[in-house]
Amino acid sequence: MTSSASETWSQDIFRVLVENRVRQIAYIPDMGHASLIKMCHKNKSMKTVVLTTEEEGVALLAGAWLGGDRGALLMQSSGVGNCINMLSLTRVCRMPLLILVTMRGQWGEFNPWQVPMGQNSNPMLTAAGVLTFEVNDKDRLKETVAAAAKMAFGGPAATAVLISQRILGAKTFDR
Amino acid sequence: MNSERSKNYPLRRRAVVNALLAQRGDALVVAGLGAPAWDVTAAGDVPLNFPLWGAMGGAVPLGLGLALAQPARRVLVITGDGEMLMGIGSLATVASQRPPNLAIVVLDNERYGETGMQLTHTAGRADLGAFAAASGIPICGTVRDKKSVEAVIPQILREAGPLFFNIKVRAENLPLVLPPKEGAYLKDRFRFALLGKDAVT
Repeated sequence: MTSSASETWSQDIFRVLVENRVRQIAYIPDMGHASLIKMCHKNKSMKTVVLTTEEEGVALLAGAWLGGDRGALLMQSSGVGNCINMLSLTRVCRMPLLILVTMRGQWGEFNPWQVPMGQNSNPMLTAAGVLTFEVNDKDRLKETVAAAAKMAFGGPAATAVLISQRILGAKTFDR
Repeated sequence: MNSERSKNYPLRRRAVVNALLAQRGDALVVAGLGAPAWDVTAAGDVPLNFPLWGAMGGAVPLGLGLALAQPARRVLVITGDGEMLMGIGSLATVASQRPPNLAIVVLDNERYGETGMQLTHTAGRADLGAFAAASGIPICGTVRDKKSVEAVIPQILREAGPLFFNIKVRAENLPLVLPPKEGAYLKDRFRFALLGKDAVT
């Protein structure tokens, strides 16, 4: 993944967030989200919140919704497992939640510690009641995030877009 | 661990919460699961309370998201020591955001009250006020007596925060006063009261 390629599709996602009037961006960073996080930091109508664990973001965005703000939660696949019990809040209260997951441990991964969550993020999210949208082609990313946002805020529903490692490229340490 | 200490603390949790909420004005109140949710409900089950029945560790981050969305309103999180310990990292998140309208109150009886009054780490050497201070929350304290409670209530409700007070309360089993447990109802009545009819249609 070249940085300019990532900036292009990150810009696509960013536009969808702006169009959906997303106000709070909660995240644990990932390389795949780096460009998007920078764009969100620069946008004055967005509040960016770095978390200590991803489940905090689920609760944070529940509070945001109670107060009238829409949000999005950015994480990598390893963070999905950290969210499971907190997702009961979203589900029982029927609140919207838009999660954007950059996948590790899925396609050409060099780090075996990423594989358990990389291989199981989708079934775990599904079991927790989250609607999942896998996307393997960067040209389909914008429409997929838009579809997930529409179902999240229009539902309300918890939705997650799983952004394939085929788009992100496998991380190496020899960059 | 000290299994006897908190049985003799002078402060009674319901009296503390009643005194605090009697002066709440238009504050938005988030209550952590278990006894704090029952205490808040005992003081009055009103739409601008959001009592949790689960989501342990989520009370503070939920209050933070609410405080960021509603900067003109006071947001008060009332939770317990066990719930706070599970989400302890969220204090650092609060400190980074520095919402001036967020106040966090922990009712620390040094127990997991709903599951048989087992000791939490605060019955040992863990100090939640020190956690909050070390996390970077600018106004923090520990409260142990009635006079101090009276002194901090105006701070909790009005001073520019974020602020955090750990209130040491007696370990006691009190009659349950349960809020509604239907989450979608709790959410909708809260949003209706805060944001109006359009928010729930």
